[in-house]
Amino acid sequence: MSVLKGQELRIIGFLCNWCSYGGADTAGIGRFVQPTDLRVVRVPCSGRINPLFIMKALLYGADGVLVSGCHPRDCHYAEGNFYARRRLEVIKALLPALGIDPRRFEYTWVSASEGRRWQHVVESFTMQIHDLGPARRLPDAPELDVLKMVAAE
Amino acid sequence: MSIQEELQAVIKEALPDVSCVIGWREGPEPLRAAPLFVRTPADADAFRSGYFAVNNPAVFLPEYKGGKVGVVVKGCDARSVGQLLAEGLIRREEVKVIGFPCNGVIDVDKVAVALAGACDPGEIQAAREEGDELVLTTPSGEIRLRKTAVTADKCGRCLFPNALDADVFVGDTLEPAVSADDYADVAAFEALSLEKRMDFWEQEMSRCVRCYACRNACPMCVCREHCVALSRDPRWLTQSDGVRDKMFFQIIHASHLAGRCTGCGECQRACPARIPVLLLKRALSRRVEDLFAYRAGVDVAGPPPLLSFALEEPKIKERDW
Ligand code: SF4
Ligand code: SF4
Repeated sequence: MSVLKGQELRIIGFLCNWCSYGGADTAGIGRFVQPTDLRVVRVPCSGRINPLFIMKALLYGADGVLVSGCHPRDCHYAEGNFYARRRLEVIKALLPALGIDPRRFEYTWVSASEGRRWQHVVESFTMQIHDLGPARRLPDAPELDVLKMVAAE
Repeated sequence: MSIQEELQAVIKEALPDVSCVIGWREGPEPLRAAPLFVRTPADADAFRSGYFAVNNPAVFLPEYKGGKVGVVVKGCDARSVGQLLAEGLIRREEVKVIGFPCNGVIDVDKVAVALAGACDPGEIQAAREEGDELVLTTPSGEIRLRKTAVTADKCGRCLFPNALDADVFVGDTLEPAVSADDYADVAAFEALSLEKRMDFWEQEMSRCVRCYACRNACPMCVCREHCVALSRDPRWLTQSDGVRDKMFFQIIHASHLAGRCTGCGECQRACPARIPVLLLKRALSRRVEDLFAYRAGVDVAGPPPLLSFALEEPKIKERDW
C-alpha cells in the first residue's frame, strides 16, 4: 500500500545492520505507516557501502537511493560511518556532472530506537523522489537484429 | 646547454644508481613522443623533452617498486609521483625524481582542429617549436600554428609547472600562469540543464569501445589485472555494448580516483574516441578540494582525505530531515 497515489517508484535503501535496520524494524513493530516504494538492502555497516552500490543502482533502474547508518560516534564498529560520511558526501558530486539530479540520493543517520524518525525519513525521501518523477535511463545495448529474428521464430 | 642536453647529462649521472631512467624519445609520428627507458648512457642520447613529451611517465613507477628507478617529470607528472608516494604505492628512497620547468605540452586533437582541413594530421612530416609557434612540415609546405591554440587545456590552468619534490631540478623555475584552479570547465558544464548533461554523455559515451586505454594511461590506476571492470564475481559490468555499461565504467574510474586524481589528463588524451572523461574526475576533485582543502599530489603531508576522517566535519552539511 503506497501512501502516495499512483505509480510506485523504485527506491533502494542501504541500511546498516546495527542502527538503521533496527530503526526500520522499530517502525514496523510500532506499525507506523510508510510508503512502500523503498526496497531495503541490509549491510553490516555504512562503512561497507561502496559508493558504486549507489551509482550502480541509479544507473541501472533506481529512481532514488537512500543510505542510512548509525549516528556519528554511535557506529558499532566505532569508525565505519565516519569513513562513509566522507565517501557519500564526495560521491554526491558525481551526480550533477552526469546529469542526474543530486536529490535522487540522500544519506542520513537513524538509530535503532528512532522508529518515528525512520518513518519520517522514508516519507520525506519518497515524496522527494515522487516530486522528481521516474529517472531517465541511459540505454542498454540495442537488441541485436539476429536475436530478434530468433525470438520471432 | 639546452634544458634537454642538461637533462641528458643528469640522466647519465643518475644511471649507476638506478636500473633505468624513464623519460621520452621521438615517437612514431612527429607530434607524438614515446616513452623512453634509459638503461645505458648511450640510450640517453635519444632522450627528448619539450612540447611533445606529453605522456606521464609516473604511470610506470609502481611496476618498479622494490628496485630503484629514475624518472624525468613535468610538473603535472610530479604530482602523480607525489600522490603515489602519499599512498605508499612507491617508496621515496626507491625513486630518483628529475624535474625541469615545463612550458606546456601539445594537444594533438587540437592540431587536427586548428588545421581545419588544410592538411590531414597524418600527413605531417616534421614538427618543431619556434617561439610562440608550432611549425609543421607538410607535403603542401610549411604550416604555422599558434601554440596557444594547440596547447593542452590542463596547461592553461597549471599551478605547478616546476616539479615539486624533485631530487634534481634542471633550469630556472617558472611562474605558473594562474594562481588557482577555478574549475571553470566543470562549472560551465554544470550550467547546462540536467537533461542536456545526460544527453551529452549519452552521445559521447556511445563512441566508447571499452578499450580501457583511459584506465591504462592513468598513473593512479594501480589495480591492473585486478580492476573491478574485469571481475566476474562481483559482476559490475557485462559484455554488453550499451551506453549504460560504458558510462558505468567511467563512474568506476572517477570514483576510484576521488581524492586521488591529480588532473594530469592522461585518461582523456589516451582515449581513441576523444571522449572528455577527465571532466568527471575534475567534478570530484573540485568537491574534495572544497571539503577537505586537499589537492592530490600537492597537499600530501597528511593521509589522503578518503583514507581518513574527522569526528566533526566542518564543511559537511548533513541534511536534517
Ligand atoms: S600541466 Fe603544467 S607541468 Fe603539465 S604539461 Fe602542462 S604546463 Fe607542463
Ligand atoms: S579510452 Fe575512451 S574508448 Fe577506451 S574505454 Fe576509455 S572512454 Fe572508452
